[in-house]
Amino acid sequence: MSEASAHVVHHGPPTTFIRKHVFSLDHKVIGKQYYALALVAVFTGMVLSWIMRIHLVWPNAPIPLLGALSKAGAPGGIVTPEYYLSLMTMHGTLMVFFVLTNAPFAAFGNYFLPIQIGAEDMAFPRFNMMSFWTTFIAFCILVAAFFVPDGPPMAGWTSYAPLSAVGKDAGPGEGLGQTLWGLSIFVFCIASLLGALNFIATTLDLRTKGMTLARMPIVSWAWFITSCIALLAFAVLMPACLLLILDRVAGTSFFIPSGLNISDHLQPHQGGSPLLWQHLFWFFGHPEVYIAILPAIGIVSHILINSMRKPMLSHKAIIYCMMGIGFLSYMVWGHHMFLSGMNPFSALVFSFPTLMITIPATIMTLIWLGSLYGSNLRINAASLFSLGFISMFVSGGVSGFFLAQPSIDIYLHATYFVVGHFHMVMGVAAIFGVFAGTYFWFPKMTGRMMNERLGRLHFWLTFIGTYCIFMPFHYLGLAGNVRRYSAFTDDFLVPLIPIHKFITYAALFTGAAQLIFIFNLIYSHAKGAIAPANPWEATSLEWSTPSSPPPFDNFGGVHPVVYHDPYQYGVESSTGDYLMQASPERAGETP
Amino acid sequence: MATTLPPPRIDIEREPAPHNGNRGGLGGLVPADGELRAVKDPRGEPTRTGIWVGLSAIAMMFAALTSALYVREGAATDWQPITLPPILWFNTLALIASSIALELARRRVAAYMLGRETSRSAATLWLNISLLLGVVFVVGQYLAWLKLRSQGLYLPTNPNSSFFYVFTGVHAVHVLGGLGGLTRVVVKFRSPARSLRRSTIDATSYYWHFMGLLWVYLLFVLWMKL
Repeated sequence: MSEASAHVVHHGPPTTFIRKHVFSLDHKVIGKQYYALALVAVFTGMVLSWIMRIHLVWPNAPIPLLGALSKAGAPGGIVTPEYYLSLMTMHGTLMVFFVLTNAPFAAFGNYFLPIQIGAEDMAFPRFNMMSFWTTFIAFCILVAAFFVPDGPPMAGWTSYAPLSAVGKDAGPGEGLGQTLWGLSIFVFCIASLLGALNFIATTLDLRTKGMTLARMPIVSWAWFITSCIALLAFAVLMPACLLLILDRVAGTSFFIPSGLNISDHLQPHQGGSPLLWQHLFWFFGHPEVYIAILPAIGIVSHILINSMRKPMLSHKAIIYCMMGIGFLSYMVWGHHMFLSGMNPFSALVFSFPTLMITIPATIMTLIWLGSLYGSNLRINAASLFSLGFISMFVSGGVSGFFLAQPSIDIYLHATYFVVGHFHMVMGVAAIFGVFAGTYFWFPKMTGRMMNERLGRLHFWLTFIGTYCIFMPFHYLGLAGNVRRYSAFTDDFLVPLIPIHKFITYAALFTGAAQLIFIFNLIYSHAKGAIAPANPWEATSLEWSTPSSPPPFDNFGGVHPVVYHDPYQYGVESSTGDYLMQASPERAGETP
Repeated sequence: MATTLPPPRIDIEREPAPHNGNRGGLGGLVPADGELRAVKDPRGEPTRTGIWVGLSAIAMMFAALTSALYVREGAATDWQPITLPPILWFNTLALIASSIALELARRRVAAYMLGRETSRSAATLWLNISLLLGVVFVVGQYLAWLKLRSQGLYLPTNPNSSFFYVFTGVHAVHVLGGLGGLTRVVVKFRSPARSLRRSTIDATSYYWHFMGLLWVYLLFVLWMKL
């Protein structure tokens, strides 16, 4: 690394505990805060899913402490059907917003985007701090719904109107709990918009000398594309939440139709359109899927190239594919609404671009697999989780072929088939990306190595466990098992109970396996082996910082100069088989 | 670290690519006599980029609200036209005039920073006029709401009044944000430390002009649909 220019700092080093660890302007601390919040959210969401799974197969088994949390929702610890829906709503909301959006995008993006492009911080550090703490407030508002008299909302993470809009008449949780949901997501939108703005300005304006857009690592591209998607998606969800809140508290009729009679009470609204909510929500909702998955695609591509020790067949093609997916994501929201009663012809219009998304997705998969062929793959926890990501992405994506076609989706849409599909392709795949990123970047974030043996054990248990949970969901769906029901109300569902029991055992087992990860995270943070400067022999700029974790200004008072494309592996150099981006070696050679 | 594969063809430039960092941003801020009249501007470009990104999000938000208006209008037969309060036309003129005043102020501030002008008074005057007209606009919007209330048209009365309050309310919140930004510009410009950055007033003025354009668009939609 060489000095490029006089150092310009955005802010000085923190001097007080509060400035250093709480209201920090440092993107690295903010990234860790996002990660910690996502961890709290993911374990809360996971416990909720455990309660649902236990209730499904042992409906009369009291669940410890649950009765104390909600006397009405779970009298004696036994979940009522309404409370089951509340648990489902909170599980989905926590996972989609506070885990899948926060962890791969906000957490890792905050920590590593500025370092990978050679900047000393984000473009707007104060906005960055506000973004995290606004997210934290949104989280608190959502969790507060557990403790209000009626309990949490039960309209699902999609909060379809009019159920979500009419208020208390719609059932327990649809009073204050649902209003808190709307407020929480409204606040979350503000935080996400601030974050996206920061990511875009940072990427466009703070790249260091020599770091052209073409030289940005895939994962930085993924964060940049994701922030562009998030900017436009959350800008639509925010006014939608505003209108929903107004319907609930101000008596407007944006989403509530005329003549609606709920609980023997004629609703004092008229003329609203429930479909309008679905359109606005899914215009955000489908891009949200890619907000979760694109950063994970970037992370695993970045890690796989490093593990293969050779360039991808075309890493630029992966970037173009991510752009294509981002563009198409705005044209397909209607495929979530094939059953909504909208015009069947518009279903066809939405089906076509949905099927087109398989083209960039398939190109990316073929590039990953084609690049793996013949490579000297280094097997470690990070690369295993990256391979696991590809497996989940393909397994979950294939079922998307079916669901993209209206004629098949009409049969499968309300069944567990969809649950299996989106958990694999969006949920587990993105989480695998987060795990891969954690094992890969932990040495940089803490200065210590994670325990590799525990990491591999964690991978195999999680990989097998998640397949055991989510693959049978597809079969259940094909057998006609309706989702969201808290009990098996039809005779034809009774033979499926053993499968549900198997899934519940698998969910408990896989969840317990995550304790290995938590132990590894805490233990390695305190007592892990001291990490070398560049343990993975990687090329990108995060491994050119003077220390691990990097100093507050990342590069110790200098700006790195970038001489090479991001993935110079399989080349002869003084360092081995790779050339770091900031290494001037061979910079003057003729290609 | 040896690999069984032949080394790939690599593309290494003789020289690093031109600096894309855009740090510095001092152009136009240092007058000929070398006296630095404004602070260094290391974040000049991110501020300008950031404001355009932010404006695109705001535009998207109002696009969503506009589409909601059209869908809601087509969903039912309870669309009841309302008469727009005439004060809206006065408010529109005030906001446009405020925008023009800010543009004049921005040029005076730039001239002062470049050393072409030695006095800050003209720039301060235009900034204050712009700020005042902005306040007039917000007060005028409030009077428009009072006018509707006097006609018995509240937020939930009918979809037309709902959309009127939502459109004007969300826009007013953004205008209040702009007024906050303008106040910050005035305070910084008048402070002894002269800590105003060129990029700050540029970004504030882009935002303010956008608020004017957005209002003209909203007024057109409200006039046409309500």
